[in-house]
Amino acid sequence: MLRLVSSASRPASTGILGVVAPSTSARHGRRAFGSTSSRHADITLTVDGKEVTVPQGSALIQACEAAGATIPRFCYHDRLAIAGNCRMCLVEVERSPKPVASCAMPAMPGAKVFTNTPLVHEAREGVMEFLLSNHPLDCPICDQGGECDLQDQSMRYGADRTRFHEIAGKRAVEDKDLGPLVKTSMNRCIQCTRCVRFANEVAGVEELGTTGRGNDMQIGMYVEKTMNSELSGNIVDLCPVGALTSKPYAFHARPWELKHTDSIDVMDALGSNIRVDSRGVAVMRIQPRPNDDVNEEWISDKTRYAYDGLKFQRLTTPLVKQGHRFVNASWEDALTAIAEGLARSGAKGDEIQAVAGHLADTETLVALKDLVNRLGSDNLTLDSPGGHAAPVHSVDVRSNYLFNSTIPGVERADAILLVGTNPRHEAAVLNSRIRKSWLHTGLEVGLIGERVDTTYGYDYLGNDAKVVADFVAGKGAFAEKFKAAKNPLIIVGSSLVEHADGTGVYNALAKFVEQNKAKLLTPEWNGFSVLQRVASRPAAYDIGFVPSKKASSVKPKFIYLLNADEVDPKSIPRDAFVVYQGHHGDLGAQLADVCLPAAAYTEKSTTWVNTEGRSQLGRAAVPPPGASREDWKIVRALSEIVGSPLPYDDVLSLRDRMWDISPTLVRYGVTEATSTEATLAGLKTLIAGTNGAKVAGTPLKKPIDNFYQTDPISRASVTMAQCTRAFTKGEAYGFSEISSQPQASYA
Amino acid sequence: MFAARLSRQLKAARTLRSARRISTTSARQSDALFVHRDTTYNNPKIAFEFNPDNLKRAEEIISRYPPQYRKAAVIPLLDLGQRQNKGWTSISVMNYVAKLLEMPPMRVYEVATFYTMFNREPIGEHFVQVCTTTPCMLRGAYDILDTVCKDLGGIKPGETTKDGKFTVIEVECQGACSNAPMLVVGDDFYEDLTPETTKKVLEAFRKGEKPKPGPQSGRLTSENSAGLTALTSKPPGPGEFCTPEFS
Ligand code: SF4
Ligand code: FES
Ligand code: FES
Repeated sequence: MLRLVSSASRPASTGILGVVAPSTSARHGRRAFGSTSSRHADITLTVDGKEVTVPQGSALIQACEAAGATIPRFCYHDRLAIAGNCRMCLVEVERSPKPVASCAMPAMPGAKVFTNTPLVHEAREGVMEFLLSNHPLDCPICDQGGECDLQDQSMRYGADRTRFHEIAGKRAVEDKDLGPLVKTSMNRCIQCTRCVRFANEVAGVEELGTTGRGNDMQIGMYVEKTMNSELSGNIVDLCPVGALTSKPYAFHARPWELKHTDSIDVMDALGSNIRVDSRGVAVMRIQPRPNDDVNEEWISDKTRYAYDGLKFQRLTTPLVKQGHRFVNASWEDALTAIAEGLARSGAKGDEIQAVAGHLADTETLVALKDLVNRLGSDNLTLDSPGGHAAPVHSVDVRSNYLFNSTIPGVERADAILLVGTNPRHEAAVLNSRIRKSWLHTGLEVGLIGERVDTTYGYDYLGNDAKVVADFVAGKGAFAEKFKAAKNPLIIVGSSLVEHADGTGVYNALAKFVEQNKAKLLTPEWNGFSVLQRVASRPAAYDIGFVPSKKASSVKPKFIYLLNADEVDPKSIPRDAFVVYQGHHGDLGAQLADVCLPAAAYTEKSTTWVNTEGRSQLGRAAVPPPGASREDWKIVRALSEIVGSPLPYDDVLSLRDRMWDISPTLVRYGVTEATSTEATLAGLKTLIAGTNGAKVAGTPLKKPIDNFYQTDPISRASVTMAQCTRAFTKGEAYGFSEISSQPQASYA
Repeated sequence: MFAARLSRQLKAARTLRSARRISTTSARQSDALFVHRDTTYNNPKIAFEFNPDNLKRAEEIISRYPPQYRKAAVIPLLDLGQRQNKGWTSISVMNYVAKLLEMPPMRVYEVATFYTMFNREPIGEHFVQVCTTTPCMLRGAYDILDTVCKDLGGIKPGETTKDGKFTVIEVECQGACSNAPMLVVGDDFYEDLTPETTKKVLEAFRKGEKPKPGPQSGRLTSENSAGLTALTSKPPGPGEFCTPEFS
């Protein structure tokens, strides 16, 4: 895997990366091909008679934007390398003999730019005419209609007639099969190469490119192949025309029929910002929302395409088990049945267990914890292997379980050690940041854990706790690189707490961090990060949804499964009374005596805390189906019936309660860094609690085998099932495979 | 190139006639396929490797570039591969070059499809490339092309004779316009052609001989065909016409 990106680099306004590049390259004595050094000087120029000041190195198009002039464009995208091949962005610059492509032209001090002159208009018209000369006139049957840049811009900037009469016919290109997610209609392609640049730079799919030349140039992979990437859906958004559209969404809706709701994704713990597009009561599609601190402008395919799982396997009415069958019940009957079941089971104190699943929202976790505590129990369990015991890292200090470096901070790291994690599957969008920084700076990555294809090269250290010990002792080439790094970063996978050797590994790493605190723990840089992989986990830790030592050894008689669908059926005692609250009839519902239908993440307005500890507010896009209700209200209603009513009646007072527990839960949109002292204190308790742990040396395993099916929603999704078939199992799409290149053999 | 394009189009139009045409715009196909299709003679399972000689040459070529720009050697290496692989670049050649240069195979495919001199389909033993760009055309290149096609049994540009001996294509300017019209066989130029001399050249190849490359009209390189009009006298020797101290 080569680190070279074949492109002009992005202007310095990108921020962090630009700053890092020159220093790293100097230190490694290696030239960074893809980055220009950034200078912080500002320059001033005039656009349409208006003075603007932009950072030096900005493209002219950015300066025009800053001056409030809209420049039409197709190939330019501010998160991709500059190609300069569509020529739509032509502007007039004083003393330049011809119009210049503003995206490929650096802004020059004192330049006089005109974006609204007859020359510019004519240039745009001409470019438009050429672009349309080969573009099919199939807008009425094109899925991009209504949100097509070509359509919009030809209305705005194009001529009202054509001079081409297509004597030789229009260019015809055969469609490519990129897999079950991206539908292609290559006749419509205008060769902007945004998709190619995205695939190569961001997603790490180096198989996408352009073949042929001139009028015959086409986009594809030359050999027949699917686009095997977790981020492939983003090329649908990037494509300015209808050449790449979404297969699952094909012909389902027109953009002007859709209601947009800004919300938060829950398929992983990144909390990607999404926009849920719905029509009536159905979610039609999910799109990313830009947020530079979290997901930039990308989302993973699971985030984007698992929504059809919201339609299938839903629980719509309360169900009560009679004999071996579930029968429909009213809410009243179901809740009474639970109260009776609780009484009948005779559960007292810690025998009442609550299990928090992957998709439980923060409000409900708080309500459920309060209820269970009121009933005298501390038995708060997490739905993961080993979740019935208190986690290795205690939850007293936030920095012990959060992604402390923050997601954008990853780009500042110049050496990353991944321990027991495969970010590509656990946090696909974060992975693209690591790749970005690996491509453009001298980032060194090391991996301890199962070998995986990460889309960037890494030094493979090994697969068990012993390797961690070696690393900590400073043995090996990577340990040396790590020592030499300025901003070293350790990313610990969430599966480590579930592993038998987790205690030992945590102990070793915490000691390492403490010893090297001069570098790893400074007020500017926190180089110890835990990458959570499920949406509810950081919030659960934040509110202390973990069992006390005493409670974890008690055999439960009454179990409340809140969205818990990964439980091991064997861990549930036969005679226990089980309640399941959730939105899908998945594993948890099968184990239950009473099922309570709840709302999925697109149907409720709740708080989600991401792996950095950033709380964000999801919003309801559609109403919950049938008799299902918002989760926290169910818990509130139940509390009334079991005789210890919770003291909040509306979501505002519930959020007041959250504020009492931890103000960070309701400070939306921001992360709060743990102070260096607190982090150190946290590490000290971590070390004290884990000292003397035995290390068995069992190999670390990656927690996610099938990226496409990790939770009840994606398991119910047809699209995700197709992806599993096409990508994870590789069925039905195995054409012209050449031997896959050995991963990371040269990092 | 235009002829090839045209013939294909006619074919497509003929088969389509029975269907109702909703739009009047016909599809313009490109004259070569820019995607790969597995065939019995061209698929990634067919092994390809440089022979020891070529491997040595390849290493020499790679060593001309700085190590981080290894991939700059892709064009010469593809050419080397094409020469070793009977004049055409199969998918295996491309994959092998990609592996050798440690670059993603797609980057090699991009290069190989961009440059028309990489043949991505097998060609005959003698690769006849007739230039039909303006200067040659004005000097009767289409007559030459017709002669070649007829002489080779009525094949069309882009086709190979049944016995696999000859492939004919039209090419753009080869830079020998002063000796137009011309054609290229393999690496050799045959210039100043007439239909008769063209036939002779082909006949020689058919017999397994190798005709003398260069102008077929008997003139030397691109000297004036009507005989020299200037520079006819003996060139002055050293020191002639100089002031005495220099002579
Ligand atoms: S497919 Fe779309 S994004 Fe890709 S080059 Fe064509 S128009 Fe651009
Ligand atoms: S946007 Fe500038 S050339 Fe395409
Ligand atoms: S035009 Fe034929 S060689 Fe130049």
